[in-house]
Amino acid sequence: MTHTATSPPKPFLGWTAERRYRLIYKPAVFLACLIPLVWMTCRLFGWLGLSVAVDPVKFLERRCGKTALNLIMITLMVTPVRQLARLPNLVRLRRMLGLFAFFYVLLHFTVYVVLDLDLDWHMVGADILKRPYITVGFSALLLLIPLAITSTHRMMRRLGRRWSRLHRLIYLIAALGIWHFYWQEKIDERTPLEYAAVLAVLLGYRVARSARVRALLAGGFDRLHGASRSDALRCARVRPPPPNTAVCDADQSQ
Amino acid sequence: MTTRIPRIAPSEITPQEVYVNRRAFLTGALTAAAGVTLGRAAAAVVPAAAGAPLAYAFDAAESVGALVHAPHQNGKPDTWYQITHFNNYYEFGTSKTDPAEHAGRLQTRPWSITVAGEAEHTGTFGLEDFLKPYALEERIYRFRCVEAWSMVIPWVGIPLAAMLKRFKPTSRARYVAFESLYRPSEMPGQNVPILEWPYREGLRIDEAMNPLAFMVVGLYGRVLPNQNGAPLRLIVPWKYGFKGIKAIVRITFTETRPPTTWSQARPDYYGFFANVNPNVPTPGWSQESELRIGNPFFHQRQETLLFNGYAKEVAYLYKGMNLRENF
Repeated sequence: MTHTATSPPKPFLGWTAERRYRLIYKPAVFLACLIPLVWMTCRLFGWLGLSVAVDPVKFLERRCGKTALNLIMITLMVTPVRQLARLPNLVRLRRMLGLFAFFYVLLHFTVYVVLDLDLDWHMVGADILKRPYITVGFSALLLLIPLAITSTHRMMRRLGRRWSRLHRLIYLIAALGIWHFYWQEKIDERTPLEYAAVLAVLLGYRVARSARVRALLAGGFDRLHGASRSDALRCARVRPPPPNTAVCDADQSQ
Repeated sequence: MTTRIPRIAPSEITPQEVYVNRRAFLTGALTAAAGVTLGRAAAAVVPAAAGAPLAYAFDAAESVGALVHAPHQNGKPDTWYQITHFNNYYEFGTSKTDPAEHAGRLQTRPWSITVAGEAEHTGTFGLEDFLKPYALEERIYRFRCVEAWSMVIPWVGIPLAAMLKRFKPTSRARYVAFESLYRPSEMPGQNVPILEWPYREGLRIDEAMNPLAFMVVGLYGRVLPNQNGAPLRLIVPWKYGFKGIKAIVRITFTETRPPTTWSQARPDYYGFFANVNPNVPTPGWSQESELRIGNPFFHQRQETLLFNGYAKEVAYLYKGMNLRENF
């Protein structure tokens, strides 16, 4: 690998990025994603000196929902962070984060059906059909299912370009999730609005970047400062130009 | 009362040592004009009395025993912890745990209450003078929040009717309006403009005179904790909890219907009457059933009863009224 601005930092223990991610970062993120679950369990039973949740059912329901939303937001942060911080390998963590988001969404729904509505399917149906905020939340859950199913390497290969198109559903899902959160608030809508603001920034970043990349591809690479060429190409979804047109590295070495 | 409705003797729900010493407890606590939370084991630290003793009329409470009930599948009161650590009291923050966390800094002494409007006796009274003439009662009421959760709570207080009659409302007093304390320095939530402060509530005069309407100064035989609305709050058990205005500083008898905080903030969701009614949903959610705090984890939900189960006592107030329109 040639030394360019986008090359990874010095390998730790001489391990490859693949090995570092597999043996250190992924297990660490896995455990971190379980912290909310452990914390909720402790609050339920008052373990570790935590105060007992007075309303265990609603508490679980809300915390699972919020954790799911947090993880969706973190998943959406992976791309901007890896581009801005030049950490391309971060993408290796994205699938796990997304699957954990799905896990907490399922938990959220299970608590709602089993504990909150006491398995009253008539009420579940009525809620989904009649309560717009539940309709919205339930749609988000349904939309997550194909993403979870197609999250494997095999499915990625099989779907090819269609995979990334399908997985762009996550933007819609995030918006639906926040809408669901916003709509169930009694009066204090500050928190859901904060989430909406973060989502707006994350989406705005992508729009701005793709516009910029498109402009740069049209006008040459000389004004491309922040991004690597391959990132630019990926964002603009165009075929790489022939190798002899690459001016990005030369430009950045000034 | 039908036989289905269990009557709960206070002895069943109060820790025994508190129950046994109930007279001393209530007299002591309220003699001290509150401000002290008495220990469970009666190891009360009672400061020098700020007001005259308030006799605890336990016999009186038993004589109105029919009112001391929580008609439902499970009438067992929630614990002190549940009642004091799960509160909607936006003056201290919008989360359920904010009040328990932040209400401690509220100074409830000295405290005065202004009575104004269409009544013969009006004026401003110190809390101790205000409470002095009345006997205290214990009442175990169901408490139903508009958010569709509920509790059963053993309040201590004074029937609102008795309290109001003392001021001799005139024939023009058709409503009674209540106002909470406005003190942003001690109520941090009042710095956030999500509701119009101070909190306001009101009742029609006949609702206020119903024997179930209750002015609360205590909980579980102890002084009411700040997060539950100390030193003086309203409880109207057949209405949603938000009618139960806390930290009352002003009572006004009015001829016209007074503005109330939640019905102004979101008139499509919250009405003036706010009677518990399973048949009238709040636009965002159903009111058919409720999560009863304290019910078993796997069966927390129970059906909601019209007027929160107090239809027998209060339905006459709304005879001929369209409850769907007057929600």
